Amino acid sequence: MFERALHRITAPIDGTLLAIVGGVVLLGLITLFSASYENPGRFSAQFANLGLAFIVMLVASQIPPQTLMRFAPPAYLVGLLLLIAVALFGDVRNGARRWLSLGITSIQPSEIMKIAMPLMLAWYFHKREAVLRMHDYAIAAFLLAVPTLLIARQPDLGTALLVAAAGCYVIFLAGLSWKVIIGLGAGALASAPFLWGMLHDYQRKRILTLLDPGEDPLGAGYHIIQSTIAVGSGGFTGKGWLNGTQTHLEFIPERSTDFIFAVYSEEFGLIGNMLLLTLYLALIARGLVIAANAPTFFSRLLAGAIVLTFFTYAFVNMGMVSGILPVVGVPLPLVSYGGTALVTLSFGIGVLMSVQSNRKLVQT
Amino acid sequence: MKFTEFRNTERDLYLFQVRIGIAGAAVMVAFAMLFARFIYLQVIQHDYYHTKAEDNRISIVPITPNRGNIVDRNGVVLARNYSAYTLEIAPGKVTDIEKTINELSTIIDVRPSDRSRFKRLLIEAKGAETLPIRARLSDEEVARFAANRYRFPGVDIRARLFRQYPFGELASHAMGYIGRINDRDLTWIEEQDLESNYKGTDHIGKTGLEQKYERELHGTTGYEQVEVDAAGRGVRTLSRTAPTSGNNLVLTLDLTLQEVVETAFGNRRGALVAIEPSTGGVLAFVSKPGFDPNLFVDGIDPVSWDELNTSLDRPLNNRALTGVYPPGSTFKPYMALAALETGKRTPSQAIFDPGHFDFGGRRFRDDKVGGHGMVDMYKSIVVSCDTYYYTLANDLGIENISRFIGQFGFGARTGIDMEGEGIGVLPSIEWKTRRFRRPDQQKWYAGETISVGIGQGYNAYTPLQLAVAMATLANNGVMFKPHLVKYIENVNTGERRFVEPQPLKTIPMKQENIDVIKRALAGVNIEGTGARAFAKAEYTSGGKTGTSQVIAIKAGEKYSESRTAERHRDHALFIAFAPLEAPKIALAVLVENAGFGATAAAPIARMVLDYYLLGKKPVKPATADEAASDGG
Repeated sequence: MFERALHRITAPIDGTLLAIVGGVVLLGLITLFSASYENPGRFSAQFANLGLAFIVMLVASQIPPQTLMRFAPPAYLVGLLLLIAVALFGDVRNGARRWLSLGITSIQPSEIMKIAMPLMLAWYFHKREAVLRMHDYAIAAFLLAVPTLLIARQPDLGTALLVAAAGCYVIFLAGLSWKVIIGLGAGALASAPFLWGMLHDYQRKRILTLLDPGEDPLGAGYHIIQSTIAVGSGGFTGKGWLNGTQTHLEFIPERSTDFIFAVYSEEFGLIGNMLLLTLYLALIARGLVIAANAPTFFSRLLAGAIVLTFFTYAFVNMGMVSGILPVVGVPLPLVSYGGTALVTLSFGIGVLMSVQSNRKLVQT
Repeated sequence: MKFTEFRNTERDLYLFQVRIGIAGAAVMVAFAMLFARFIYLQVIQHDYYHTKAEDNRISIVPITPNRGNIVDRNGVVLARNYSAYTLEIAPGKVTDIEKTINELSTIIDVRPSDRSRFKRLLIEAKGAETLPIRARLSDEEVARFAANRYRFPGVDIRARLFRQYPFGELASHAMGYIGRINDRDLTWIEEQDLESNYKGTDHIGKTGLEQKYERELHGTTGYEQVEVDAAGRGVRTLSRTAPTSGNNLVLTLDLTLQEVVETAFGNRRGALVAIEPSTGGVLAFVSKPGFDPNLFVDGIDPVSWDELNTSLDRPLNNRALTGVYPPGSTFKPYMALAALETGKRTPSQAIFDPGHFDFGGRRFRDDKVGGHGMVDMYKSIVVSCDTYYYTLANDLGIENISRFIGQFGFGARTGIDMEGEGIGVLPSIEWKTRRFRRPDQQKWYAGETISVGIGQGYNAYTPLQLAVAMATLANNGVMFKPHLVKYIENVNTGERRFVEPQPLKTIPMKQENIDVIKRALAGVNIEGTGARAFAKAEYTSGGKTGTSQVIAIKAGEKYSESRTAERHRDHALFIAFAPLEAPKIALAVLVENAGFGATAAAPIARMVLDYYLLGKKPVKPATADEAASDGG
């Protein structure tokens, strides 16, 4: 009886995916131990986060894609309403209005959108699959734009970027014609100066800082300079676990969260980076295979968008830490300390597993 | 229908897989970019970033060496260091300095003078990382601040070595003082290529010996390699190169003698330099009033600074070194010697002094109304007869006078080991041509030579020059370079570098002529103008009184002390050496606005000789108020 229940729970779990995720999580814990030397509580707290994330993953893996599809419009709607609520009555923390107080706890509705957005768009395209026309893409773009702008205005450029990316991936995978893609690309380039005008001062500064970190070495450029030094000084083999001087002498800010890759890279060097890149690549590859083999339009689009969003996390974070992308608040997936992103990511991974285990089911 | 639908699905799947493939390729490209970036940073640029990380981590902290002590010839410490706590503000790390100071003053006593001094430092010492707001904190204050330290980022307590001059004003002009390094000092440091040795150093010698021997006293800065965190806090020491303490200066100065002199001066202004004739070693170097050099160590507060600067007594003026005064009658022995050496006079050749000398329609008066009668060379010095020297000056001519007198170092730097020595004026035709612009001013008038004969007119020397000349005469014409430092002692090795007595020259003179003058100088102290001051002296000595005019007295007018404002009174001078045979000490003393040399200056000289030769300390300070009518 119990065995059967256990089997029912574990059956949808994709061994390959879980092994890769386990590998990344292990590297993450090792790194976090070093990065949070002055705050050991974080290391144990991360175990709790991981436990919660694992449960979320298990749960998500049990939900068949059809059920998920049913929840897509309500999830999106709730997310959108909450974002509007944040804009109206949200708490301001560190100069940004991102949190909504619910009495006992606070939530960050933008985080819900990371899942709700691809769900919604995948649902929409799935519904319109047979009669997909140009205006459907426009409607999708609108569904994408509203929450993205709300999040960007909080301001939370990192999350807006991830939400927008998730939505764009769905639209791209749904088969938006190349002409339109190229046209939009050209349009985006042309409107870059206008977008530049819409950015907040500090956001512009971050981009300028990327171009020339030396201009303000103790201000905006400090993060980039110090993390680049950490990565570069790691060399081929790294300085060794717990031996990163940039880390342990507190030169790296946010070293257990957004900048944890600097710690990893300093202590484990190029070899470590290759290992991590390989693990991420394997995870993404596995996810893309799952998406490619998914039975329904909805699950394909959803799985594809989830995997590519995961990629976006990894690429943006590592690019930022190594100084080729501007500083945006995107964590290193499965490695950075913190529960929110971990839960969102593991939900996505659970969805991937669910898609994989439901691939042979009857098509709608 | 069903067939086409199936094909459509097939085709959709195919299109989707193409897109997935494209996405996968994009992922590969993006990761390849990251990988390339990692190779660039971690392999190609690794050395650069490695150095950067090391620079981040390792801070070179200079360890300031102990400044050398200054001690007198008997080992009495005149300048030393002691350790104390200061409260320092790092101006770069504090946004609102005024507010910080206000808050600090609620827990630590910050006086208005501390504030104004801090403001001054803020302007002067631009490069300094931290500046003291309060020095010499009490233990209680240290504890109180430590408890509130979190409230004051950029403010901290530092244990520092302070310079201390235990005797305060005593010998202040010889010591000089140290002060915080300013722009001018920085230029000097750069010129001397000493930047690295002055990384941790806040103070530098500003005047006196502290300045002249800066390089000896400073020592060699040590270095500590410290691992620091991002906040600049030291985590651990990686390596350490110990500093080398500065060398000690052991002076030729005798502090007790110095004290005798300064006490004897009381509140009067003036200068005294006493020299050991056979070496040039300076035994006493006095300029009154002095100042408390301790005031300067932490940056002087503006109130004290104004006081010192605006005082009519000009206490910061080193009179012995830089003050120039007409030598008055102390000039006469050298005039007489010039006469003997040039053959213009013999010792026994006498003139009749009617009390004045008329020249070119102008009457030059003698001090004594009615004159001294028949005067030979001995008497001319003993009674300080002016008329004798009016005629002599006229006979010698200005060129002979300046050529001969110049040999004794008048009007030239003595080369003493202090900066800023005054030159003075040795009168000559050439000097006057150089000094003035207009041709009628440039011309030397024969009448001017007459005044020079009695040490007035264009004739001005530093007390140091007068002392060196006296020492040279006492030493039978062998001149030694005056110096205040006897030897320099290496604190670590105990090695002593002696300042060798440096004979500058031997003035070619006949010994019999020198002896004539010395006999006359001895006569001054036995039966002449110095007799009263040297009554019952237990040693032989030579001396000469002098009075140096502060304002020119019109021809035909008699100088009257009572009629002249205090500041316009004559300066009193006395030069002396003792004992007659093998002199051990020669000196020149000048008391500003004190009138006749015999009453104001000679008693001070007597005390110096009494102490130096016999070890007698005066019971009471000399006073100038005793009535006396001896000429100057």
